[in-house]
Amino acid sequence: MQAEVYDPRMTLEGVRDLLGATVLSAGDLSKKVDAVLAADLMSDVLTIGGPGMLLLTGLASVQTVRTAAIADLVGVVLIGGKKPSEEVISLARAENVCLLGTRMSMFQAAGLLYRAIPAREERCGAR
Amino acid sequence: MTNGAADQEFTRTYVVHGGDFVNAGRASTDIKDTLKNIGLPPAMVRRIAIASYEAEMNVVMYARQGTITVDVMPACVVIRVEDEGPGIEDVARAMQEGYSTATAEMREKGFGAGMGLPNIKRHSSAFEITSEVGRGTRLFIRVDAT
Repeated sequence: MQAEVYDPRMTLEGVRDLLGATVLSAGDLSKKVDAVLAADLMSDVLTIGGPGMLLLTGLASVQTVRTAAIADLVGVVLIGGKKPSEEVISLARAENVCLLGTRMSMFQAAGLLYRAIPAREERCGAR
Repeated sequence: MTNGAADQEFTRTYVVHGGDFVNAGRASTDIKDTLKNIGLPPAMVRRIAIASYEAEMNVVMYARQGTITVDVMPACVVIRVEDEGPGIEDVARAMQEGYSTATAEMREKGFGAGMGLPNIKRHSSAFEITSEVGRGTRLFIRVDAT
């Protein structure tokens, strides 16, 4: 019997601590994270992303922040120690989008988050 | 406020410039903020914002210039997007998921995966597209309040 590590109270603050992330734009760190979406294609984010979802991405552009704001995502984590431009950070602050940066790889960050916040299908048993 | 729709009617037009990736999405962000502020239901605002943003990115990626006009009415919101650009040769193919004529630069920005038009349709209550090669493309997007 494996221990249940899913924490229904996972917040952006919790994500920051789990990934050892730097806060580039705070937004509201107390917001709950219901699910995680790992993608570099903003087209995919606009198709499946939604409220309560956290985006894990290697794309550090203004479009990343715009997409997060448009799709009502809860926040964005930039992986691989990517340094976004000042323009990206100021836009995130202006749009009140939480933007975190971690040195972890996509695989590592996604793995840790998956243990903490399983995919919806896993929790619901749906396929 | 009646039935979750707007109790005020207005029209707003935005100009979108082709190739301007820095400002791409500003019009749709403003549309989203405006509709949120007048109290439209969040799910409806989200559908409109996503459809408008995909359409705005298409203008930035493919056209020389375009306009986005938003009509807020009591039971629905209509977005009309008209651009001056190359137009679409095969509209039926462009509506297929995964079909794209995007360049490497567009793909680097996270777009051009051939999901834009199908995604606009998915978020619309009614959707029409007309295009003339060498002139441009017109989109009609309606999102109902319910």
